[in-house]
This record gives sequence, structure tokens and C-alpha cells, in this order.
Amino acid sequence: MNPRTLTELTINQAHLGLKKKEFSALELCQAYLDKIKEKEKDIFAFLTVNQDLALSQAKEVDDGISSGKEISILAGLPSAIKDIILIENVRCTAGSKILENYIAPYDATVIKKLKEENAVFLGKTNLDEFAMGSSNENSAFGPTKNPHDLTRVPGGSSGGSAAAVAAQECLYALGSDTGGSIRLPASFCGVVGLKPTYGAVSRSGLIAFASSLDQIGPITKTVEDAKIVFDAIKGRDEMDSTSVEIKLKPKTYNLKSIRLGVPKEYFVKGLDPEIEKVIKSAIEKYEEMGAKIEEVSLPHTKYALPVYYIINPSEASANLARYDGIKYGLSIQEGKDLMDVYLKTKGEGFGEEVRRRIMLGTYSLSAGYYEAYYLRAQKVRNLVKQDFEKVFEKVDAILGPVSPVLPFKIGEKINDPLSMYLVDVYTAAINLVGLPALSLPCGKVGQLPVGLQIIGRSFEEDLILEIGKIFEKYASGNI
Amino acid sequence: MISKEEVQHIAKLARLGLSDKEIEKNRKELSKILDYVEKLKEVDVSQIEPASHSVKVENVMREDESSGSKFPSSELIEMAPDKKDEFIKVKSIFGR
Repeated sequence: MNPRTLTELTINQAHLGLKKKEFSALELCQAYLDKIKEKEKDIFAFLTVNQDLALSQAKEVDDGISSGKEISILAGLPSAIKDIILIENVRCTAGSKILENYIAPYDATVIKKLKEENAVFLGKTNLDEFAMGSSNENSAFGPTKNPHDLTRVPGGSSGGSAAAVAAQECLYALGSDTGGSIRLPASFCGVVGLKPTYGAVSRSGLIAFASSLDQIGPITKTVEDAKIVFDAIKGRDEMDSTSVEIKLKPKTYNLKSIRLGVPKEYFVKGLDPEIEKVIKSAIEKYEEMGAKIEEVSLPHTKYALPVYYIINPSEASANLARYDGIKYGLSIQEGKDLMDVYLKTKGEGFGEEVRRRIMLGTYSLSAGYYEAYYLRAQKVRNLVKQDFEKVFEKVDAILGPVSPVLPFKIGEKINDPLSMYLVDVYTAAINLVGLPALSLPCGKVGQLPVGLQIIGRSFEEDLILEIGKIFEKYASGNI
Repeated sequence: MISKEEVQHIAKLARLGLSDKEIEKNRKELSKILDYVEKLKEVDVSQIEPASHSVKVENVMREDESSGSKFPSSELIEMAPDKKDEFIKVKSIFGR
């Protein structure tokens, strides 16, 4: 097979090709490594490329195939991992100077699971520092570019993972999503991204950002691929006490019996009218295919983002206290006492956005402000949750935009933190309430992709994936 | 707008070394973000319980027994920037 077309295959196609010996895992891996070599100077999706590790993993799979072993679905398939998820003995920077030379001492649970499947790890992808950002410009190592327009951002914070999938520099990728960090870059780069239900995937070995919001999930070429990767990484893990086993039985779905809600609060000022057009036409397509569309209301929508920007920095400020220049990572041993080491290490090791969130979080949690900010935010979080609970009594899934804006120019928002935060308006609420949500390419404005967000009930990933798959089939003319 | 002293106090709580220029910048930016989250004051939360998580979380208990170490402690100590034998070394806590 032509190496150029090798990188176009989906997971199932590549798996079948390996099984039928149409190509070897080494050839597949080499095709992706060549693609990385060709594209990286423009895209900069990777912080680390593990050529030797990837090739040795691929060879192992080839040896298995030639000795007649059955291979699992992800065996020999080249992946890219967001550089905030630990792979044993591989550098993990979290996009930060403070961890620039940090070598992970163990595997994240999701990596263990992928290794059991004999996955191939091409490398670690670029991200906003500690996953804080919506554009990838907060990476301490420079921004990733959007493959659809190199002057624009890929979205953040899993921008490297989404750009790598879009530019065919990997077959699939893992990202993490705290307030939209899988869905936004998936939308901006025109690929599929799934944020699973809180607890569906173990967070062990994911460098902690905001622990009540973080989830690991797949970024892929197709919805079917997203399901395969999600099924491989999900499940209860004793290393993460918030992780659970999904007990729902798989069922078959018929679009005609599915009710889809469209929140009226999502189509207001601030949403780019061009995006609104694309989203509305996607919703119409569902209606044409027989789904019942209902207008619904999430009255606390406008409070969700302010709640998020209190809870998120509060949890971040606690989680990031550990980078103190003593146990590992950057350490600036200047000054007379321990306090000087703390001040200098954190002051110089963290980038601007990370310092901003630590300040904001520390303020919200400090004596005298705790009740007015953090506690109040937790209460409004409950109201946001109740909104969704009420809506899900009436509908099976919610449709809306992923982002209010198209992929913006590099540099456009970086000097105005608040305008950057507003990009998360449709995604952050979902993390506050823990629900699963899919970002699905549903059209374009010019050459820039637009993502449709499909939000489901807790642990109903299978349903939103199925709803996504139906649109994919329709869009490709197969329905 | 929050005061310079407040910013300095918060930075100290967070052990974050900020230059004078950064303190000024933080004053402006934090004030703008805090103004934005002011919106939450409109909401009546008098009857509402706080939610720390999206899902109900409960403590997970186990016997207090060692399950053995996954890595030798020397490997972890090795990552520390300053050490002596099997110990991590730090600068003095009190000024001398």
C-alpha cells in the first residue's frame, strides 16, 4: 500500500490491514513518522517524538502477527499522547518550564491499558501549560498551529493532540478536558473529540489541574474510532477513587425514538452568526432524519462560566502547590532560605496564565473571600446541575455549538485573558456537571471547521456516539 | 480594583515571587476577572447546598496496610534537585 494512504486509514481499516498482512506495523509506524517529519516544522504538534520506542513497539506487534497471534484492535496502531499524561521513562513536561526535564516514573492507568493492547506511542503532544488555555499559546515551548490555517490557533488545551490527528501525524490521540480542552481543539481542527463522564476514565497518571473537572478522552478521525479508544481506556481503577465501572447495558438506538434538546440560552449574542448557521443546519438534518427536536431551557447558563472560573483556579492553586523546587522539577536554589527557593522557583518556572490562575484561586480560597467566591460558586454549580437534570427528564441528548467563535488568529486573544476565557462558554458548564460530550465536525465556515456539541446523560457515551455516527453517515452520503 | 497590598498578600500565600511590574499587571487583570464573576451575586443561593463534585463522592476506605512500594525510594529521591544520602536536602527554614 502507498505509504501516503496508510496515514488516511481509520482504526478498523488499519487493524484489518495488519491482520490481512497488507502492510506491517513497522510500515504503518514509519508512514506516520515520515508524516511527522514532513509536517512538524509547520504544525509543531509534538513536544517529544519517541521514534525508537514507537518502532520497537511496532516490531513487537509484527513479531506477534508473524507467529500467528491474534492481535487486539489497537495493536500496532500509532497514537499521540497529550504531554500531561505519564508514560514511564518518557519526559512529561505539561507544557511547562517547571517540568521541562521531568521523566515520568510510572505509567498512567490509560497508558497501562493501551500498552496491554500493544498500542504504539509516537510521542507526546503540545498543550497549554498545565492544560490552562484555549489556544495552545500558553505552552512554554511555543504554540501549535492549526492545520487548516497555519496563522490560526488549533484550540486548547489539547491543541497538539487535535492538530496531530488532523494533520495525519498520528492515527488517534489522547487529550484531557477540564473545561473544553478536548472538545474545543477537536472543533477547531475538524476532528472528533470525546469528553467522557467524570469518573468513566481513570485520572491516575494525569498531571492534576482541577481534580473535580479533569477527564481523559480520545481525539480521533471518526466517531467509530472515538468509541474504540474510549472502550479501551475506560473503567474503574483502584488508583483513582472517583473512577467507576459503567454498568449500563449496550442497547441499539433508533433515531426516530430519540429526543434531542436545543437550549435557547445557547443561541444568544456572542455566538458567531456563521457558526449559528452551520449548527442550526446540522440540527435540521437530525430533524430530517426523524429525530424529535425540542427547545429546552438551561436558565443558569450565563452563570456557568463565572462559576467555572472560580472553581477551576481554586482547585488548580491547590494542585500546583506541589511544584516547589524540592522534590522534582525546576529548582532555583538562590537566596538565603527555603522561602526564597519557593518564590523564585514558582515565580520563574510558571508561565503567565498559570500564575494568574494560582493568584485567582488563592484569592477565592483565602480567609475573608472563601464564602463570597468559592462557596457561592459551589452553590451555583449545584443550580447549573439541576438545570441539566431537569432537561434530561425530557430529552435524551442536547445539541449545540462547541465554540462561540471560529479558530482565531495566533496572538489575537492572548493579551486579554477574559476574552480567552469566554471561548469556553459552551464547554466549561459540562465539566461542572460531569456529563459526557462529543465534539463532532458538522460543517465549515470558509476553510475553518465547526464542531457540533452533543451532550448526554451520565455514562451514556454510547448514545451520544451513536447520535454522532448517524450524522457522520448522513454527511458522507451513506444514509 | 484590588489593592497592591492585597496582590502582594495573595502572592505570598501562594509562594509566588512577582516583580513590581507583575503586581501592577495582576491588579488590573484580577480585578477584571473578579468583576466578571461578580455576576454570581445576583443568584439567590440561600437554600442551595454547595456541590464540590458533579457526582456524589464518598470516602473510599481500606485497611491501613502497606501494599509494598512500586518503586525503590532511591529512584524518587534521585529526582530531587538537592539530596544527601537517602534524604532530600532543603535550605534553612529560619533565617540565620
